[in-house]
Amino acid sequence: MKLAICAGPATSGKTAVLRHVTDKLLRAGKKVAFLKIDVQYAEEDEMFAELFGIPTRKVYSGELCPDHCNVMVLGDAIQWAKKNEADVLLVETAGLCLRCSPYVDGGLGLVVLEATSGMNLPLKVGPMLSLADMAVITKIDRVSQAEREVFRARIQDVAPSVLIREVNALHGIGIDPIVEQIDATDEAPERMLLRGNPPVGTCTICVGKKEVGWQSHFGVVRPLENQTFYRGE
Amino acid sequence: MIESISLLGGHGRGGEPDLVSRIDFQMGDVVSIVGPTGSGKTTLINDMELFADGNTPTGRRVLVNGVRPPAEFRNNPAANPIALITQHTSFLSDLPVREFLKTHARIRSADPSRIADTVSRTLAFANELTGEPIVLESRMTELSGGQSRALLIADATIVCDTPIVLLDEVENAGIHRSRALELLREHRKVFIFVTHDPRIALLSDYRIVMKQGAITQLLHTDEQERRCSVTVGRVDDMMSTLRERIRLGQRLQDFEMGAVA
Ligand SMILES: Nc1ncnc2c1ncn2[C@@H]1O[C@H](COP(=O)(O)OP(=O)(O)OP(=O)(O)O)[C@@H](O)[C@H]1O
Ligand SMILES: Nc1nc2c(ncn2[C@@H]2O[C@H](COP(=O)(O)OP(=O)(O)O)[C@@H](O)[C@H]2O)c(=O)[nH]1
Ligand SMILES: [Mg+2]
Ligand SMILES: [Mg+2]
Ligand SMILES: [Zn+2]
Repeated sequence: MKLAICAGPATSGKTAVLRHVTDKLLRAGKKVAFLKIDVQYAEEDEMFAELFGIPTRKVYSGELCPDHCNVMVLGDAIQWAKKNEADVLLVETAGLCLRCSPYVDGGLGLVVLEATSGMNLPLKVGPMLSLADMAVITKIDRVSQAEREVFRARIQDVAPSVLIREVNALHGIGIDPIVEQIDATDEAPERMLLRGNPPVGTCTICVGKKEVGWQSHFGVVRPLENQTFYRGE
Repeated sequence: MIESISLLGGHGRGGEPDLVSRIDFQMGDVVSIVGPTGSGKTTLINDMELFADGNTPTGRRVLVNGVRPPAEFRNNPAANPIALITQHTSFLSDLPVREFLKTHARIRSADPSRIADTVSRTLAFANELTGEPIVLESRMTELSGGQSRALLIADATIVCDTPIVLLDEVENAGIHRSRALELLREHRKVFIFVTHDPRIALLSDYRIVMKQGAITQLLHTDEQERRCSVTVGRVDDMMSTLRERIRLGQRLQDFEMGAVA
């Protein structure tokens, strides 16, 4: 079974892209399972079940970073998809935590970015872009050709090795290269590792200490006048 | 080398077939696409720009030099032989004009030593078309509708410098249209204009007529139309002068109407 994890900012078009991808995979005779990971609300699972009659599930990450939640549940999810005899497991995740990677080694990492989102977005999304295998640019119907190409250049500058493909996810134009990339992905191995390095551990705020100001905290602390440095106290 | 680009017919909105099954555009052709609002003109040039392969809602296909074009045309702007000037009159981009043009010049051309020169020539071209000049320091989002269109036309002509240029309703841009046509004609390319403008339509070798999403016919500009186009040009120039006077806050009482009377 192959695994593809799809991340991207809210409303960037992840669901729209995956709908067309699912449709094409099904037409090619593949069995697809779909898992949605979100913080507190999602209905994509019901939508995919209704549209395609495929096995779907959702997980709310709640208190946990959605990317970490992904790592926690993915082992079980793969067992679940395999039990359903899926050839491909598609995971749509919010990818809200811009420090963590939503991707794993052994699966395809797709980031969905909208061409309408401003030229600095590629600089802001961190590992969600830089650790992806493929960046899918949606909503190309909403911008001029020139803007679309400049957006592509901005992505390529941040992530030189990421494959970029442009789509109109409303009409399903440009979806084939994504399906080909999934086909070209190796079967998901038994043991998989989270891609990239997780961020610095936990701070005292994570464990419930609510006082404002670094003087009230210990362990990982940081004053304002120090953009990058954290020190142990 | 690009010698021709071909469009293979698909179908209109209701599934009725394009009545012209194949159009071969040759280098140097000037073509118009005409039809009522909503008849699928923009959709047709989008098919071309996307190198449609039966994968768009129209089912049309595009060939270059008679064969299916390589995927590189879509995935590498430096290899893309088509520039498209869309109907968009605003930018979402939050970059300064200079940065935008530099980035576009970099991704569109292989020669980094000419970027600065390309940027200044593009700006000069755009400013021949606008009323109030564009400055390189302003942000793309601050440009007016007309300035945005002028910059896109200049960008397509100078930065992209492709053999095929598709233009969507440039006449509505509020720019110096006849100057734009003059400047464009200095470049030998395939020009395909989506237009409602008789002057542009009559300047074309032929026009593609659209209805309900489908191509219904090709009309070659005939002898009589070529003769008409001289008068159409005069009327149009007069209208431009009128327009310009109104723009500059002038009165029209002593305006010479002789050209049409
Ligand atoms: N062959 C087709 N099949 C399916 N849908 C189509 C087809 N052609 C056009 N459409 C749809 O019809 C609508 C109007 O088309 P389009 O925007 O191309 O019209 P237009 O001629 O450019 O209009 P305007 O003059 O207002 O710019 C769009 O939503 C488009 O997706
Ligand atoms: N015009 C246009 N709209 C799109 C495109 N892709 C997605 N959308 C719209 O954007 C909205 C959000 O898309 P959705 O797939 O739900 O985003 P998600 O939150 O990333 O899953 C929906 O209204 C889609 O119809 C596209 O390529 N073009
Ligand atoms: Mg979604
Ligand atoms: Mg249009
Ligand atoms: Zn996280």
